[in-house]
Amino acid sequence: MLIFCATLTVRYWHQAVRWTVFHRGSSQRSFKCMWRVICWRAAASVAWAVLLLPPSIAVFVIISRVSLLHPIQWISECVSLLTSATAIFSFILLCGVVLIVGFLNLEYYTVIPSIACSKIALLGQLLHPRQFVSSLVHCILGVIVAWCCAVTIGGRYQTLGYPCTQADGSPQLCLNEYQVILLLAGAFVGYCHSVLGVIHNMNYVSFHTVQQYKYLRFKGSLPLVVKCSAIQALYSVRNYLVVYFFLGYVPRTWICKTLNLQLNRLVCSLHPLDTIAGLLDFSLLYHLWISGTFLLFTWYITLLLFRIFVTEVCFPVQSSFTEDVHQCLPKVLTGQQPAILKFLALHDLALLSQHSPSRRSEVFSLSQPGGHPHNWNAISQECLSLLADLTQRLVAHHDTVATNGRAKSLSTGSDKKSLSSESSGTILLSSQDVMTPRPSVLIKTPASVFLRSSVGSPLTVPFTPDLDSPFSSPALRRLAGPVEQCSPWHGTVQSPHIMRRGPKLWSTSTGERGLQNKTEHVIPIVDPCAIWANEFSKAEQLKFVCFFTLNCPIQVKNFLAKRVLIMYLLNKLPEASSQALFADTQSHIWALEGLSYLVKASFSEDQFGVVQTTLPSILSSMLVLQEAVDRHFKLPHASSKPVRSTSSMEDSSYKTLRFALRATLKTAIYRITTTFGEHLNAVQMSAEHQKRLQQFLEYKE
Amino acid sequence: IFKHEVFDNQPFVIPLSLYFPRESLKPHSRTESSSKAAFLDHCETLWMRSAAAWRDAGLTGLLNEIANSSAEVPKWLSVSSGCVLALLQRISSFHGSLFPHLTLSSEDMIAEFSQVLKWSDCAVRAFAWHPHTDKFAVALLDDSIKIYNPKSATAPTLKHRLQRSVAAVQWKPLCASALAVACQNCLLVWHVDPCSLSTRPSSGCAQVLSHPGHSPVTSIAWSPSGSFLVSASPMDTNMMVWDVAAESCVPLQRVGGGGVTFLSWSPDGSHVLASTPAALFRVWETRMWTCERWPCLKGRCQSGCWSPDGSRLLFTVQGETVIYALTFTDTPGIPSNTKGPKAAAVVADLSETTFNTPGGDIVVGGEIQSLAWDPRGERLAVLLKGQEHFSLDRPAMIAVFKTRTSPIFELLPCGFVQGEPGTEPRLMQFHPNFQHGALLTVCWSNGRITHVPFYFLSAGMARHGLGGSPPQPRPEERPADYINQTLYTELTT
Repeated sequence: MLIFCATLTVRYWHQAVRWTVFHRGSSQRSFKCMWRVICWRAAASVAWAVLLLPPSIAVFVIISRVSLLHPIQWISECVSLLTSATAIFSFILLCGVVLIVGFLNLEYYTVIPSIACSKIALLGQLLHPRQFVSSLVHCILGVIVAWCCAVTIGGRYQTLGYPCTQADGSPQLCLNEYQVILLLAGAFVGYCHSVLGVIHNMNYVSFHTVQQYKYLRFKGSLPLVVKCSAIQALYSVRNYLVVYFFLGYVPRTWICKTLNLQLNRLVCSLHPLDTIAGLLDFSLLYHLWISGTFLLFTWYITLLLFRIFVTEVCFPVQSSFTEDVHQCLPKVLTGQQPAILKFLALHDLALLSQHSPSRRSEVFSLSQPGGHPHNWNAISQECLSLLADLTQRLVAHHDTVATNGRAKSLSTGSDKKSLSSESSGTILLSSQDVMTPRPSVLIKTPASVFLRSSVGSPLTVPFTPDLDSPFSSPALRRLAGPVEQCSPWHGTVQSPHIMRRGPKLWSTSTGERGLQNKTEHVIPIVDPCAIWANEFSKAEQLKFVCFFTLNCPIQVKNFLAKRVLIMYLLNKLPEASSQALFADTQSHIWALEGLSYLVKASFSEDQFGVVQTTLPSILSSMLVLQEAVDRHFKLPHASSKPVRSTSSMEDSSYKTLRFALRATLKTAIYRITTTFGEHLNAVQMSAEHQKRLQQFLEYKE
Repeated sequence: IFKHEVFDNQPFVIPLSLYFPRESLKPHSRTESSSKAAFLDHCETLWMRSAAAWRDAGLTGLLNEIANSSAEVPKWLSVSSGCVLALLQRISSFHGSLFPHLTLSSEDMIAEFSQVLKWSDCAVRAFAWHPHTDKFAVALLDDSIKIYNPKSATAPTLKHRLQRSVAAVQWKPLCASALAVACQNCLLVWHVDPCSLSTRPSSGCAQVLSHPGHSPVTSIAWSPSGSFLVSASPMDTNMMVWDVAAESCVPLQRVGGGGVTFLSWSPDGSHVLASTPAALFRVWETRMWTCERWPCLKGRCQSGCWSPDGSRLLFTVQGETVIYALTFTDTPGIPSNTKGPKAAAVVADLSETTFNTPGGDIVVGGEIQSLAWDPRGERLAVLLKGQEHFSLDRPAMIAVFKTRTSPIFELLPCGFVQGEPGTEPRLMQFHPNFQHGALLTVCWSNGRITHVPFYFLSAGMARHGLGGSPPQPRPEERPADYINQTLYTELTT
C-alpha cells in the first residue's frame, strides 16, 4: 500500500513536471520554474531509486546467505531476516544514503563534460576541494552501506566488538576484524567510485538520440548496470585487498585505541586478516565482493534513474499545448539559462521541427499586431549564433595550430574578431550581425562550465580549455605578435603542451602571424601571468604551475623536460583537445537539425516567406562551419576514433560528438539542397559558396 | 522478352546492363580458423591454449580445449568440463527446438531469410541504387562490392577482411558517399568519396559496427532522414538502432519471435517493419520506439514494402500466396486513439494460374519472395518464387501491378517480366528517382543486371492527400473467400 501511494505521488510529480514546462515561461519567473522542473525530476528519480531498494535488498540477502545444501533453511532464514527490525532499520539507513547520492548527482551533474587536456589537469580536478568533499561523502556513505551489509549478512560480521577472554582469563571486549574489513571495504569502494567518476566523467549526462519511454530505457540498461557494478566491485575489492594487506594495521589499531577494544591475540594469531592466509578466505572474499556489488548497484541505479529522468524530453510533440510552448521556446533558447535547460529547449526544437507540423506553423507565424516573424527570428538567430560560435572556435583553434604546428591551447569564444581572413567575407558579416546583440549568450566552452554551478569557480584548472581567460585566446597572442617575437614569454606561454616537441616550439613563425595581425583589433595587452594568477587565486596550489610555465627560463624547462614524471604530467593527452573543443556540440547538432528541418518544411509550409529572408545566412553559416570542420579533421588526432568501453557506466558519447557533428552538418546541408534543388541558384550568396553549394547539388561532397 | 506496357520513345539513357558471369567469381570458401592447418603445429602450454580458446570462442571454446586435453589436466577437470559442455549443448538444442532457425549455419540463415531468391548461388547478392543520383552498388558472390556511376569512368571495388556473405547493401539518404553493408559478422559503413579516382578504396574508409551476438546481419535499413541505421539478425532478439557517426547502438529488445529477419523503413520515416523468424512481425513507430505486434496465421512475414507516403504497408507471408495490406492513418503529430489498423486486408491473390499463350501454356503464381513498390506508388513488382516440380515447371517470375493509393487503393495486373530463356530473376529494385515513370532493375540468375523501364505519366500528383478507405476489407480469418478469385483472369482479355 505504501509503495502504491508512493508510486502515485511519483506519477503526480511527473505530471506536474510536464505541465510546468508547458505553462510557464513568458516572464522572469520562467527560469525559476524551469529550474524547479529539474529538481522535481531529480526528486522523482530518487523516489524510484528508493522504491527499488527493497527488491535489491531482498536479492542481496538471498545471494549473500546462499547455501545450496540446505535450501529450505536458506529460504526461511532469508524471509525471517527480511521481516526483522534490523532489516527495516538498514532499509531506512539505505534510503538516507540513496537520498544523499541523489542529491550529489543533482549537485554535480553536467551536460557539458569537462575534459582534462593533460594528466596534471586531471590531477587538479581530483584534488579540487569540491571533489574532495564529494569523495569524503562517498567514503562515509560507503561505510554506512557496508555496515548495513554486515548486519544483513550476519554471522561473524554482525558486531564490531565481541566478548572474549584474554590470555590471563579475564573477560574483555575484543575487536571483530571481519566487520572492520567490511566497513573499510565500503569506504574504499565509495572512494574509488568517486575518483573514477571524475576520471570517466561519470557526472556527464548525455541525451539519447533514440527516444524511448523511461521504463523501456530503464529496462534496457538494467543488465548493463548489474554487469558494471559486479565488474567494478571485483576490481575495487582486488585493489582494496592489496591496500589492506600493506596498510590494514593502521586503521585497525586506530579503532582499537579509540574504542578501547582489544585485539584478540588468541584468534588473530591464527588468522590475522592482513596476511595472505587470512585474506585467502573464500567466504570473506565472496562477501566483500557481494557487498561492493550491492553498494555500487544501488548508486548506479540512482545515477541511471537520474540520467533517464533529467534528459527526458518534456515536450511531447503534440498540438494541444502549443501556444504556451511557443511563447516559451524562443525565450528559453535565448535567455540566460543553466546549460541543461538550454539543451532541453534545443532538443525540443529539433524534435518539433521534425515531427510536428502544427508547432512548425507557429514558428513560421507572424506576430499579430505588427506582423513580424518574432518566433522565427529568435529561433534562427539563436541557432545561427551557436553555429557562428562554433565556427569561430574551430577557426581560432586551427589558427593556433597553424601558427606553430601544434595545438597550443584551446580557442575561446571571447574572441569575437578572430574569424580569420581565410573564411570568406560574406558569412563573416552575417554571423557577426547575428552575434553582436547578445554576445554573452554563447554557451561556454567546456571547462568553464565544468560543473553546472561553477561558472567561474576556482575549479577551472590550467590547461583545460578555459574560455574566460584571455590568456588562452589566440587573438591576444597574435596581438602581441610584432612585439613579442623575441620576448621571453611568447614561447613559454605555450610550453605545457608542446614540451615534447622541444625544438620546434621555439622557432618563431612570423609569416602567418603578421598576416593575421592585420585583421586584429587592438586589445590592451595584459600580462597573461597576472590574469592567470588572478583567475586561479583561489586555487593556491596551482600558482606554481603558472610561475613555471610563464616565467621560468628555457634552461629550467629543459631541466624539467628531462624529468620523466613531470613530462608525463604535462604531456597533452592526444585528441583531448579535439574532444574538449566539441564538448558542448550536442547543442550545435540540435541547432543544425532544427534549422535544416525547419527550412525543409518551409518549402511547403511557410506561407509568409519568413524563412526566405534568412536562408542565405543559414546556408552560408553552414558552409563556413563545414569548411572549418573539414579543416579541423585534418589535424593530427582529430579523426582518430576513441576506444569504446562497453562494460562501464561511463557515458562516453561525448568522445564521438565531433563525428556526429560532421555527419549531421553534411546531412543538414543535403536536406536543404535536396528540398530546394535548383531554386538555390537564386539565393544571394558569394561565388565561393555558390560553388560549394553546387557540389552539394551534384552530390559530390 | 519483356512483356510490359507500351514504351513511349522518351529520350532517356537507361543505365547499361551489366554482366557478372557466375564462373568468373570465386565464392569465399575459406573460413577464418581453417588457415590453421597450413601452419606447423606449435606446442603451447595448456594455459596459452586455454587463453587463446577463451579469446577466440568464449566459454565453449575453453571448455572444449580443457575437455580435449585430458592428458594434461586433472581428470576431474576434464570430466567436469565435458559435462558442462554437454549440458550447454542440451540447453542450446532445447533453445533450438523452440526456434528452429537457430540451428542453421550463418550462410544458410542468410539464404533462408534474404530477400534474394536462392541467395547462396547468386552471382549478384545484393544491389542498391543511390537514393539521389544514378549510381548503384552491387555486391557479388566473391564478397566484393562494385560501385557504378554513369558520370564517372572509375568503378571502385570495395573489399574488406570482414566483408563476407553480404546479405544487403543500402546507401545512406541525404549523403553522397556512405554505403551500409550487412555482413556475416558485422555491419560495414563505407565512405566512398564520389570525387575520388581510386578504384580500390582502402579498408580504412569503412567503419565497422558490431555488437556481440548480433550476427549474421540479414537486413539493414537507413532512416529516410539519414540519421539512424537499423540492423537485424535472426540470431539476436535485439533490433539495433545505430548512430553511425558515433558508432554507438541502442538495442531494442523484444523476445517474442526469436530474432529479426527483415526490416523496412517507411519512406516518411514514421514506421519500421520488422519481421521475425516466427509467425509474427512488428511495426515500430520511430518517435518513441514502441511497437505493435502482428501475429500471422501461417508463417513468417517474408517481405514487405511501404507506399511512398508511408500510410500503407503491403506484406506477404511465407506459405501463402496472397498480398496483405495494412493502413496506418495516424499522421505524425496528430495523436489518434486507434493505434493503426485492426486487421490486415487481402489485396491480391497470386495463386497458381495457367495462361494460354502462343508459345504454350505458362503457369504462374505461387509463393512470393519479395515485393517492391516504385517511389511514386504506381507500380508494384512481385517476385514469385516459382517451383521446379517434376510434373509442372513453374519458373520464378516478376509480376507487375499498377497501383493507385488515392482516393482508394487499387491494384491492377499490368504484366510480367521474364528474362532470357533459362534464367530467372533473383533480385529486383526500383530506381528511386526515374523521371519518366518507373525503372525496375532486375538481377538474373546468370549474373546479368538489366533495367526495365515503365514509361507513364504520373497520375497522382494528389498523393499528398492520403487516406481513403482500404478496399473492401476482408478479414484474414476467412481465407476461403479469396480462393476463387484470381486477379490474373482479368489479364487474359
